[in-house]
Order: sequence, then C-alpha cells, then structure tokens
Amino acid sequence: MVEKRIRVLVAKPGLDGHDRGAKVIARALRDAGMEVIYTGLRQTPEQIVATAIQEDVDIVGLSLLSGAHNHLFPKVVELLKEKGVEDILILGGGVIPEEDIPFLKENGVAEIFTAGTPTGKVIEYIKSKL
Amino acid sequence: MDLVQRAREGDRRALARLITVVENQEPEAVDFLQEMYPHTGKAQVIGITGPPGSGKSTLTDKLVKELSKRGQKIGIIAVDPTSPFTGGAILGDRVRMSDLNLDENVYIRSMGARGSLGGLAETTNDVIKILDACDFDYIFIETVGVGQSEVEIINAADTVLVVMVPGLGDDIQAIKAGILEIGDIFVVNKADREGANKVVLELQMMLDLKGEKSGWETPIFMSDATESKGIIEIVDGILEHFTYLKQSGELWTTRRNKLEKELLAIVSKKLYTQMLQRVKQEKKLNEYLDCIMRKETNPYSVVELLIKDLMPR
Repeated sequence: MVEKRIRVLVAKPGLDGHDRGAKVIARALRDAGMEVIYTGLRQTPEQIVATAIQEDVDIVGLSLLSGAHNHLFPKVVELLKEKGVEDILILGGGVIPEEDIPFLKENGVAEIFTAGTPTGKVIEYIKSKL
Repeated sequence: MDLVQRAREGDRRALARLITVVENQEPEAVDFLQEMYPHTGKAQVIGITGPPGSGKSTLTDKLVKELSKRGQKIGIIAVDPTSPFTGGAILGDRVRMSDLNLDENVYIRSMGARGSLGGLAETTNDVIKILDACDFDYIFIETVGVGQSEVEIINAADTVLVVMVPGLGDDIQAIKAGILEIGDIFVVNKADREGANKVVLELQMMLDLKGEKSGWETPIFMSDATESKGIIEIVDGILEHFTYLKQSGELWTTRRNKLEKELLAIVSKKLYTQMLQRVKQEKKLNEYLDCIMRKETNPYSVVELLIKDLMPR
C-alpha cells in the first residue's frame, strides 16, 4: 500500500485579491509532502464546500484579508455540516484581529493563524491533528 | 449501504472517498474495483495533453461547459506533477475551472502524479473506471504538461486531443515530439497569437507524412479558449471521433489492446512486489553483498543465483 498523503484545500473566500499569503502557505505545505489543491481568488463558500467534497480533503485552509472572516468562515463550516461533513479540519489565516478569534473558534474553525505566523508552526499543527 | 452503491446513486462524497481509497491503493481498493467493473465501458474517455501553459485547463473548462449545456454528465481528472523531492504537490488546475465547481453535471478531481512519469498518475486508469461505473457520459483527463515523450495518455483515453500553441520552436521540434504521434484531434490554442497559422500548416504537413492507414482523418482546430472561440467545433469533433470508433469497430480492438497491456501491467506489478519481498527476505543477501564488495563475485552472477532460488519449478 502506498502511504496516505494529506490533502489540503487552500481557498480564498471573499473579494480581496491578495493571494500571496495563500500561495506561500500552499508552497510550504507542498514542501512538507502534502497535496495542496489551490482554487484561486474570490471563491464563494458554496464553491469552496463543493471543491472540498469533490477532492475529499482532510483540511480546508481559508485565507482572507478583506475583513469578512466573521461572516465567511462560519458560513463554510455551516455549509459543510449541511452536507453531512464534520470530519474536515477548518483552518483560517490572514488579517484576523485577536478579538475575533474566540468567535471563530466557537463557530467551528479549529485554529487561526494570523499574518506573520511561521509556516513551520502551521505544518506542525496539521501533523499533530491528523 | 456500501460506498460503491452510494457513489453509483450519485452521492458525491462517497464517490470522492472511493477515489481516495483507490488513489492510496488501500487494501479494499481491489474489492471496490471488482464490484464496479461490470458497470464500466460506456463513457467516452478524452485525454487532453500538450505542453505546460498551452491552455489545457482553460480549454477543458470550456469544452466541459458546452457538454454540460447539452445535458451530459462529465467527470474531469486533472493531473499535476508531484515534487520528486518531497512527495508534495500543488494541484492548481481548478483555478481555471471555477465555474464548474457548482455544476451538478460535473465532478472534478485533482490528482498528483505521485512519481509516475508518463503524464498520468499510476492509479488514473482506476479512477477512470470509478467515474465510468458512476454513469458519467464523458471523462476528461488533463495530463501533466508534457514535452516530448510523456504519452501514457494513449493507454487511458479513447480520444486524445493534443493542444499546441504558437511560439514553441521550429518545425523540427514538432517532428521530434512524440506527442504529435498520439493525437486523434489537434487544437491550436491561443490562435489570436502570431504564428498560429504557421503551426496549423506545420501540423498538416506532419500529418500528411504519417501515411495514415486508419479511416479517421485527424482534424486540426483553432481556438481561443479564454474567449470561448472554436469550442463548439471541437466538441463536435470529439463526439464524431467516438462515433467513428464505434462504427469502424476500432473501439473494440483498441480497448482490447489496452486491456492486454493493463492486465500484463497488473501481473508484472504483483509479481514484482512478491518476488522483491522474497529477495529481501533471502538470508544470504547480506553475505552476497559482502562478497560483491570484496570483488569475489559480481552483481550479475548473484542476480542469477537469487532468481534461480526463487523460481518455482
């Protein structure tokens, strides 16, 4: 049997066009031996959920810099639940104010990595959870 | 209800999970494939291949949209390279297929090539069977961007569509390239660019030289996929090719030839794993290695000895 690869969806919900962070993390996860599905900019929560299901990923990483995280991150969690998916780990990243983090965690986002987090920390976190 | 049944009844999650099991070559994979096999053989499998950056994903997106509009069910397998150093991969073909994410007629799956060098992954053929058994009418395989010899796709697809673009080099490049021998349909994409007509002419010359015996006249289409130009003609060409294959009887013979290759490949893989396992367990292996290091014998004689011991008489 071939060793199982961790599959991660790196998605950009919302309307901001800043994907440098998403690309950096995608690259870092690839270098850590994971298969990273990258969706490109301006994905709706519906598109992200459909992609996560079709690709059978273990993790969805959401990157957002526009400030709409309190709406869009929980929306992705909710839509996944509607489809009966509860075993995908949801992570968030980008420009997220400290005070929003507890709310996001209560709403199904497993962990938030704000700007400046070393990529090694994200990889370590993922490997500890799977 | 088991995974196969759920997948065949349209449960996308079950389908996705099934593909993961097969892709990871988990022990249940063979049982699943056995269960699905009787339901395969109906879909037309279309391979999209060509150099990196020639527009394979964008073209696939547009062709599939047109077929979906015609009420067909389409599966897409998009293969991207796996890093030979880390085993990781960035699978980015979906970036050009965003509109298809929510299309109920369409299922897209990205695959890392995982060390396979022919432009596909080792398990791509099995994933095709899963989609086929789940009643997809058309299955598109987008290969890794290929250069001159990655032609695995001919063993997987009924119809191979080779995408070319202007500006990749002179006609000698085209004559060398193995990918030109595998096309059932050629598309010169980015036809708005300078040199597109020249590429068409060169392709025509190449095809004239081929001394074709088959009854299929390989068409060359021009397209500008981002602008959706030329798409309907290409879709019609793809359908026509399948009709030709069926009517001429070629579908049966080529699929049978592919089956033979596949069967032998499975046999050789199984034998290889079993034999290698036994060689590794051979008690004298370390002794042999030391002897070779001391130049008392050589690898070639040892191989003969090892194989002689293993072969059942």
